Amino acid sequence: MAPDINPLVLLFASIFTSNILLANFLGMCSFISISKDMDSANGLGMSVTAVLTITTAINWVVYKFILIPFDLLYLRFIVFIIIIAATVQVLEMVIDRFSPALYLALGIFLPLITVNCAILGVALFMEIRGYSFIQSLVFAFGSGLGWWLAIVSLAAIQKKVLKAPVPEGLKGAGITLITIGFMAMAFIGFSGMLVVQ
Amino acid sequence: MEFIVAPFIIALLASVLALIISLLDKKVNNYGDVEININSGKKVLDVKGGDKLLTTLSSQGIFIPSACGGKGSCGACKCEVLTDVGPVLPTEKPYLSAEEIDKNIRLSCQIKVKKNLDLFIPEELFNAKEFSGIVEEINDLTYDIKEVIVSIGEESIEFVSGRYIQLVVPPYGKIKESTQRAYSISSKPSEKNKVAMLIRLIPGGIATTWVHNYMKVGEKLKLIGPFGDFEKSDSKSTMVCIAGGSGMAPFKSMFHDMLEKGETNREVWYFFGARTKKDLFLLEEFREIEKKWTNFHFIPALSAPLPEDNWDGEKGLITDVLDKYLNTKIDPSKHREGFLCGSPGMIGACNNILNHNGIKDIFYDNFS
Repeated sequence: MAPDINPLVLLFASIFTSNILLANFLGMCSFISISKDMDSANGLGMSVTAVLTITTAINWVVYKFILIPFDLLYLRFIVFIIIIAATVQVLEMVIDRFSPALYLALGIFLPLITVNCAILGVALFMEIRGYSFIQSLVFAFGSGLGWWLAIVSLAAIQKKVLKAPVPEGLKGAGITLITIGFMAMAFIGFSGMLVVQ
Repeated sequence: MEFIVAPFIIALLASVLALIISLLDKKVNNYGDVEININSGKKVLDVKGGDKLLTTLSSQGIFIPSACGGKGSCGACKCEVLTDVGPVLPTEKPYLSAEEIDKNIRLSCQIKVKKNLDLFIPEELFNAKEFSGIVEEINDLTYDIKEVIVSIGEESIEFVSGRYIQLVVPPYGKIKESTQRAYSISSKPSEKNKVAMLIRLIPGGIATTWVHNYMKVGEKLKLIGPFGDFEKSDSKSTMVCIAGGSGMAPFKSMFHDMLEKGETNREVWYFFGARTKKDLFLLEEFREIEKKWTNFHFIPALSAPLPEDNWDGEKGLITDVLDKYLNTKIDPSKHREGFLCGSPGMIGACNNILNHNGIKDIFYDNFS
């Protein structure tokens, strides 16, 4: 049975209080490496949101109508990963063909996303928490927005940090991780206000 | 039953996805037949669209130099694309300067061939080919520099001394992907079925580790080239040549070539910088050239000779030795040209010394 949560609450919860990145620390690698430049951060955030929503929808259908009936839950990791990889490949080809502008903004980040653990993370949360189709979709979309929000904020903060007198040894990844820690505290401050499961 | 069902379901899922991808690839990624026009009609290629420009060109026998093999991480495969193929991609930006972007220079490994293209590439790239070779000899020149001689069998390579060639490094040990690295050719242009390179071991270097620790005589490998624009000038000026380490390679080729062609009227000063005696190599070979060629002067210099080296040649940094010779021995009334091959640091420092002494024509082969 799907938990009784209003999809709207789920949407806000997944963006803010249980942000996939800052509360669950998923999707860290691309978060740290691509957050130096606002344009790239924006493009990556957009593509994570798109891929998350689409793959979660497909994963839910496969989960519900193939994995559960055949009692193959133990294969979910492999199945989810295969589906994510294939979807990303298809998306990249289609966008490249039909929208060069969109490809420029988000297409080139798509291959990076195949290995973004936030995508697999959301698929697994959806399964563990037993969300319905609508809930899963809203949760995935919200998580994507949350990830997007987090990376864009980090890119903005990084811009300021560049001009700040950072101790030599902390420059680069060091200060970025500390910044992320502060951001996480700010986001987690609201946890408990909204429930996700 | 389950042990049949599970693999069956997975296989079914994977095949459905694979089918979708290959159908889409056929439909969506099919840009039909495309014409690539190089250097306003010098070469016109009819190709299938959908692939990256770099791979499309290499499948047609035109090899644009690329060190990383098309991963967008070296920035070597630049070429001028005259047709509008859309704005510069974020993956290209780090490797292009503002002037290059203005001149429509793009990274050929990032651009997809989707429509008819007009390109401009240096004509001599038409010369570059892929050669299949067999390692004929591996000689230790110093503790960290090896000479590798590759026989290319029946094929023959046309090049001018100073050019470099790309060595294709196959996957080995823990390295799972093939890469390419550029090395200056140290053999003479007249040896048309051989390519020699001087390769210095760089700790942790993918290609140099392979050459030093894995490569064996008789091994088959691929070379792509020749590339580059470093060469001696056609003038009668005095040549002031400076090299360090494996920067010896283009000069070794150049001097043997000049000797063979009888261009021995030209005055050449060849400075070679090293730390200690164990970093020096091919001394006898250049002493031999000195004997046959009166205007050829070989000046090896050690910056930190050890007491046991018994070194009675020039001592000090190569820049100081160079400065001393330019002021005292190399006739300033004749026009002088500088030729440099070595690390970026050495080239920068020697460039300053040459400029300081009024030498303005300087050619260099920078390796980094």
